[in-house]
Amino acid sequence: MSLANTSLTNVSTATKNWTKVCREQDLVKNSGVCALINDQQIAIFHLEKAEQKVFAVGNFDPIGKANVMYRGIIGSVNDEPVVASPLYKQHFSLLTGQCLQDEASQVPVYPVRVQSGEVQLFV
Amino acid sequence: MSAQIQTQTKQNVVVVGNGMVGHHFVEQLYKDSNYNITVLSAESRLAYDRVHLSEFFSGKTADDLAMTDIATYQAWGVDFRTNAKVVNIDKANKVVVTATGEEFSYDKLVLATGSYPFVPPIPGKDRDHCLVYRTIDDLHAIANSAKTSKVGVVIGGGLLGLEAANAIKELGLETHVVEFAPQLMGVQVDAGGGAVLRNKIEQLGVQVHTSKATNLIAEGEQCRYKLCFSDDTVLETDLILFSAGIRPYDNLAREFDLEIGERGGITINNQCQTSDADIYAIGECALWNNFIFGLVAPGYAMAKVAANHICGGTDSFTGADMSTKLKLMGVEVGSIGDAHGKSMGALTYTYENQPEGVYKKIVVSNDKTKLLGAVLIGDTSEYDSLLQYMLNGIELPEAPEALILPMAGDKPTLGADALPDTAMICSCHNVTKGDIIASVDAGATELAAIKSCTKASTGCGGCSALLKNVFETELENRGVEVKKDMCEHFAYSRRELFDLIKVEKIKTFDELLDKHGSGLGCEICKPTTASILASVYNEYILEKLHLPLQDSNDNFLANLQKDGTYSVVPRIPGGEITPDKLIVIGEVAKKYALYTKITGGQRIDMFGARVEQLPLIWQELIDAGFETGHAYGKSLRTVKSCVGETWCRFGVKDSLSMALYLENRYKGLRSPHKIKFAVSGCTRECAEAQSKDIGVIATENGWNLYVCGNGGMRPRHGDLFATDLDDATLIKYIDRVLMFYVKTADRLQRTSVWLDNLEGGLEYLQSVIVDDSLELANELEKQMNVIADSYQCEWKTTLADPEAMKRFKAFVNSDDSDSNIQFVTERQQIRPAREEERIPVIFDPS
Repeated sequence: MSLANTSLTNVSTATKNWTKVCREQDLVKNSGVCALINDQQIAIFHLEKAEQKVFAVGNFDPIGKANVMYRGIIGSVNDEPVVASPLYKQHFSLLTGQCLQDEASQVPVYPVRVQSGEVQLFV
Repeated sequence: MSAQIQTQTKQNVVVVGNGMVGHHFVEQLYKDSNYNITVLSAESRLAYDRVHLSEFFSGKTADDLAMTDIATYQAWGVDFRTNAKVVNIDKANKVVVTATGEEFSYDKLVLATGSYPFVPPIPGKDRDHCLVYRTIDDLHAIANSAKTSKVGVVIGGGLLGLEAANAIKELGLETHVVEFAPQLMGVQVDAGGGAVLRNKIEQLGVQVHTSKATNLIAEGEQCRYKLCFSDDTVLETDLILFSAGIRPYDNLAREFDLEIGERGGITINNQCQTSDADIYAIGECALWNNFIFGLVAPGYAMAKVAANHICGGTDSFTGADMSTKLKLMGVEVGSIGDAHGKSMGALTYTYENQPEGVYKKIVVSNDKTKLLGAVLIGDTSEYDSLLQYMLNGIELPEAPEALILPMAGDKPTLGADALPDTAMICSCHNVTKGDIIASVDAGATELAAIKSCTKASTGCGGCSALLKNVFETELENRGVEVKKDMCEHFAYSRRELFDLIKVEKIKTFDELLDKHGSGLGCEICKPTTASILASVYNEYILEKLHLPLQDSNDNFLANLQKDGTYSVVPRIPGGEITPDKLIVIGEVAKKYALYTKITGGQRIDMFGARVEQLPLIWQELIDAGFETGHAYGKSLRTVKSCVGETWCRFGVKDSLSMALYLENRYKGLRSPHKIKFAVSGCTRECAEAQSKDIGVIATENGWNLYVCGNGGMRPRHGDLFATDLDDATLIKYIDRVLMFYVKTADRLQRTSVWLDNLEGGLEYLQSVIVDDSLELANELEKQMNVIADSYQCEWKTTLADPEAMKRFKAFVNSDDSDSNIQFVTERQQIRPAREEERIPVIFDPS
């Protein structure tokens, strides 16, 4: 256990920066797009009606085992913003990445922001 | 000595007669491996449904009416002989002999020989074109005779006589009914009801002659024959059908000394045994308590009792309720219990509405607390409740007349709670209220589930309203709220949302959510709304505001597969395709290295397309003249067809042209679930139309329409909806049925479940579509025209729309493709790599 923690810490010590991904108008309103950054696939969603308007999570569906998350329908479950996997419809929280139907499954969540028309990820 | 230690051998049970009752007996016994069953049938066919015989003339075939077949009996291990008339019963040696000399020894013999139509001894009765109405062979004879006849007469105005009259009317003959008694249906209906019934039937163009005794059938002048009546009047006719009652087939019992009744019928006791304890008699040949039961339900009850007794059980037959509800030539007729009010001290209440041809009478006990009988003509909506009052001895309300008076609103209704658990809800399948409660206990929460596990309301369907009432009351009683909410964001059913969108002219999901919902929506309410918006307005589904609502497949206009790739299905209407187009599909598949497979809907599916390849593939397909196949949508999929009369030796109509027309008319229609059609060019049914949502089968006279069938998880045959339609009427009915389904079905509800849940079932649907009882027909057709006129190929629109094309890129910031998609080769084609076959992709999760 402690070993796993150590290795995680090691990985995350790599320097992170706000990285430009695309322009704001490249996002699809109330839906998702996928960004490829250093061989990582990251789904970016634009949820117009939510407080936080832009969300980013891993594009890999840990249950369906395919890179499809950005194609899921977004919405809310008990006011928590979620994306539903397009393969088998499990909900993943856009805030925490936790799967609401399966405690053992989650997707990574990435800090994302829009600055002067630019969509940026903290990676 | 050795005989005593022999192991017990199987008993031989020989069943004489394979009518509905004889067959029911076999059904009861075949599972018990202690018995060898042999069935001897004098007819050339195995058992078929005689109750629905008249449907033979509205398009059903002998196969449709069959209740069993050779394969089934073989599978059950039942030995059988057709054309095997029994001519001898050797009671001492326990052997029966058939006309062909075959001998069968029995331990138990069951006589289920049924009855034959009584033909009154009128001189001339044996001439050609003098027929009876009892077997499928009789029907063939009637149909043949009708070809050379203009006028037909049915002698006998009872229940069967009126059905026979309907049959010859459907064959296009001028139809008369001649009845000896002063009224029609004298057994089931009183004089007042008979008069109203007569009126209604005459309005339908059938001429009724009562109090007429036929003395002679003579040569006719204008027609083939002339009926001469005792009052010196005559009636000319070409075809004569006798339907003057039935007589039990008891000749075997007469010849071989079994006890019979004074007026015929094989006498049986409460265990259905005849005067020889090893010989049973069941059904219409049997006389119980000096009574012959001419209905199928009591016959079934006898079959059960006899089978039970043979197996050592103690069931007994104690009579049967003869109440009946039916529709004769579209006229509703119901008769319950003591219809004539003959019981001691019985009192009656009568309601008659001459203008509308409605007659209702109830017969109550002298103290007005119990219902003894009833007659209903023209409107049988109270039949179910009244029957329950009678069967269960339920106390009547203070003013019993309220049960039949048309008081708006506050009619006393018989709550399901008032029924005892033993109350028979579905008499066709013997389902009691207790059975329904048991299904609810076992977890059934949908009406369709109750129907499929108890079979309730799947026979005549007459109990559907009562069944629904019992079921919903049961759910309420255990605190289950019958919740129709679609999801947490909308407290409405799909149907309610449809109405809201339509009435308030709502055009976007956001507007609907603002006005009637909460939260942000989800993968349930968004696609449902998208589907409704498409059904109502038919706008481009990837239009900016609709795109985020579309389900996985609609979202990319292709079918998402497990590895994140898509499959592509161009439309091939009716399965007809030119060699050139076949080559195009082959070339496209080859160019993009796609896996190809022929689908069940007569088209070609191409698998393994990456999201960024979809527009390229479609550009090539569209350039070659293809359109989108909507395989990704909850919408019309395919219209399967055969080649029809164009090529086939047996085809009677051009099924392919009809299939093409239908596919082109309804393509693009968004619906609660996928819809499949098929059109067959003849009754051989090669297109398997009866397993489709909409099935069309060509007949000599037009098209027969079947609705609400499907294959899949719970297969269901389509119901015959209308017969011999011309092209225009066929399209009109399909327009209406589909749009009514689109308007009223629940989300992801196939037409089959929709119909099973529709209160009133098939008859109700027919009244809405054919008789326009809701005055909706115009609107439904108009809406369908809007959809058909605004059709667009979604792929064509997409390729021309740069905004929509944005989506067909793997990455927003790169032109790479997803390196996680990996294929291997199998049988010369690609397939997704399995976990162990994958080449690891370098992936840093930081």
